[in-house]
Amino acid sequence: MERIPILQMGGFLLVTIQVDMHDQLALTLQDDLSERISQISARGVLIDISALDMVDSFIGRMIGTISGLSKIMDAETVLVGMQPAVAITLVELGMTLPGVSTALNVERGMKLLRERVREQ
Amino acid sequence: MSVRSSGSQPIQIEQDVVLARQTARKLAQECGMRLIDLTKMVTAVSELARNTMVYGGGGDMDWEILEESGRTGLRLVFRDEGPGIPDLKLAMTDGWTSGGGLGLGLTGARRLVEEFELETEPGKGTRITITRWT
Repeated sequence: MERIPILQMGGFLLVTIQVDMHDQLALTLQDDLSERISQISARGVLIDISALDMVDSFIGRMIGTISGLSKIMDAETVLVGMQPAVAITLVELGMTLPGVSTALNVERGMKLLRERVREQ
Repeated sequence: MSVRSSGSQPIQIEQDVVLARQTARKLAQECGMRLIDLTKMVTAVSELARNTMVYGGGGDMDWEILEESGRTGLRLVFRDEGPGIPDLKLAMTDGWTSGGGLGLGLTGARRLVEEFELETEPGKGTRITITRWT
């Protein structure tokens, strides 16, 4: 079965979405991530969507769900690399991703995660 | 108004939704659409193609590249022979959903395109036409 790889970097998980996802693939990623968070007691999840040229309400919902479920599993989620055209479209679509932390790129996202985890 | 080219493709399974997005992207590029308009169009296609598959029980996407007084337009039709939409007013309300989604598909898609036309009849099916001009 097709899967999006999840990399481990210390206590953090890193996901780079580089394919045009069909819905089942997005749902599989959601399940895989929650399992990995629990498996390694991850403190943070970084999702890089810089290669995505479209985020619709389904993918938007998946991102919101991942962020919500990682929070209740005591992990922070940061979404990075959203292209400007994607951001404008998402807002017009009516999705503002409340409660989801964002950063412009992977470097800033990792910095944000480290700060958040240190604060706790 | 003249039709420069046209075509059709099925929307039956999840992978077809991805293919519909890719076709729309290619066509929008052919029309010379700006990146932001292209992104909106492709996102609208994703929402509508998913609706065709999930709620309409599968259907087709027809496409046309139009020309009118120096402008180029992309027109897409999503049609199915599914159960139709019994309460259109309700379906066009933000946040209302008959499935498990967020209820942003139909209303969101309408906001993302310039022209949006919806014909539906209970028991007969649904036909949604969207158009964007460059």
